[in-house]
Amino acid sequence: MSDVSNATTAPDGAPAISCKSVGKIWGMGTDRAVEALKDFSLDVGQNEFVVLLGPSGCGKSTLLYLIAGLEDLTAGAIEGHGVTVTGPDSDRSLIFQESSLYPWLSVVENVSFGLKLRGMAKGKRRKVAERLLVDVGLGGFESKRPDELSGGMRQRAAVARALAMEPSVLLMDEPFAALDVQTRTKLQDFLIQIWRDSGASVLFVTHHIDEAMALADRVVVFTARPGTIKSIVPIDLPRPRDPRDPELHALRDHLIDLLADEVDRAFAEQEQIADKDKIRA
Amino acid sequence: MSAPTVKARRKWLPGFATAAIWSIASVALFAGIWEFCWYMRWANPMLMPPPHMFLQDVLYVGKLFDKSTRLGNPSDIEIVLTILKTVGATTMRVIIGLIAGLVVSLAVGMAIRYSPLFGKLVMPVINLLAPVSPIGWLPVAMLIFGLGDAPAIFLVYIALFFIMTLATLSLIDRLPSSYVQSARIMGASRLQIFVLVILPAILPGLFVVLRINLFAALMIVLIAESVGVGGGLGLVVIIARNTFDAQLAFFTMFIIGAVGFVLDIALRQIQRRVLYWQA
Ligand SMILES: Nc1ncnc2c1ncn2[C@@H]1O[C@H](COP(=O)(O)OP(=O)(O)OP(=O)(O)O)[C@@H](O)[C@H]1O
Ligand SMILES: [Mg+2]
Repeated sequence: MSDVSNATTAPDGAPAISCKSVGKIWGMGTDRAVEALKDFSLDVGQNEFVVLLGPSGCGKSTLLYLIAGLEDLTAGAIEGHGVTVTGPDSDRSLIFQESSLYPWLSVVENVSFGLKLRGMAKGKRRKVAERLLVDVGLGGFESKRPDELSGGMRQRAAVARALAMEPSVLLMDEPFAALDVQTRTKLQDFLIQIWRDSGASVLFVTHHIDEAMALADRVVVFTARPGTIKSIVPIDLPRPRDPRDPELHALRDHLIDLLADEVDRAFAEQEQIADKDKIRA
Repeated sequence: MSAPTVKARRKWLPGFATAAIWSIASVALFAGIWEFCWYMRWANPMLMPPPHMFLQDVLYVGKLFDKSTRLGNPSDIEIVLTILKTVGATTMRVIIGLIAGLVVSLAVGMAIRYSPLFGKLVMPVINLLAPVSPIGWLPVAMLIFGLGDAPAIFLVYIALFFIMTLATLSLIDRLPSSYVQSARIMGASRLQIFVLVILPAILPGLFVVLRINLFAALMIVLIAESVGVGGGLGLVVIIARNTFDAQLAFFTMFIIGAVGFVLDIALRQIQRRVLYWQA
């Protein structure tokens, strides 16, 4: 992959994120143990855009949590720029489906929250936050409260808050899933621009095949739970991509086929579990 | 057809005015029925004096509010001051008790979640004591604090403490996990997460619990005063009972209602202006 601007902390050539045989069993050792991820290995290059696609419950969110360092893995290892991940770090920012902006703070206070934690002086962090808000198209909304913004604007603000920490990796868990189609398309363009400007690597979870095709350098398709890699589909087309492009057409069919098997499997398994519960009851 | 009329009316009358008009109409209706019963001689004015009677003789009832004015020959101003003093004593006990209950239960609840060790040490006792009604604490309060403001305040505090500590815990547990996760990623320490994220996130919810318990707090103060911690509206209620003074009883009820009403409005305003966000 291309090597990009803010590769300062990286030992030469180390991928931005490297998952090595990662496994995660929730509630390990209890009778409620759930194996969410199994033997998951993936390298994400610097400034690469990777989309994670898979049936519901296959462990996509779990993977992002592990990479963010918010949860402990139960097998394997994760490295960020060659350094083993042991806990959360502002270098790897996570953006949630529903914005996690703090409703008691104004938009600009939200965006500068992390800078405040870093001890940046008030005037300075306000300036940084205001500039970022202009970058994400929210200039003039500084003093609004999050619940005065639309869903799309809130996600932009959440992105601004993440960017304030100057992360080299952006983890995004279905960030646009709660938005209408038009807003989502707009925000996809916006995200591409942010991604180019910041030089960060992006790991992006979605259920929408069209969204995956609009954004990804590579699409990683998961198997049903326990999640592992079923297939990696590179997309080598320039952006912005036209969804009517015949090349994308073939790709879409391919992705649909890949997904359909796993979705069927996931459903079959859920029905099995339901049946077991019925017998038990 | 009716929609435009509604819109037009809203323009003329702001929300609070409409609410006020309905309040007045509602009170006037019941006062009117009462007065009508008195007028028709269905209600004995010695037992059920209608509003115009028990509200008219403020100077007579005010004199009974405190022993300093009850026996002597006080001036009108002294009588009014006596009423205000009595109302003030009760109100202050309620307010200080509410503040103490809010602050301490918030602190204890957050400490329980902050330090699991502290939680394990404290939770069993809280769970054991929570079902004890505040009335059960009354003798304890008087044994520890004697007479005066302290036992009454303590009882309000106790009435709130267990409920609000448990509410604090449940509010913390039900916060969206992304609030805390985001803070962790941005580099917040555990203490910073509790002070900068969890505290503001749960405050509005906790304040609602406080508001719900306002009337219980007022009631417990009146009970404490009626068994004689010293002064206050609760004592006047008991004087009215002991002297079979219906006029004094109804006047005091009216005052108690007014105090509760004003406190509720004050809390609601604090909620709206200071704690405007919802977690
Ligand atoms: N905190 C948790 N504790 C216990 N089990 C969990 C936890 N989070 C997720 N799981 C389980 O792990 C499995 C994978 O969940 P995960 O949320 O990672 O799936 P997902 O791929 O993100 O699904 P979706 O597309 O529906 O968001 C599920 O079976 C889920 O029940
Ligand atoms: Mg998920």
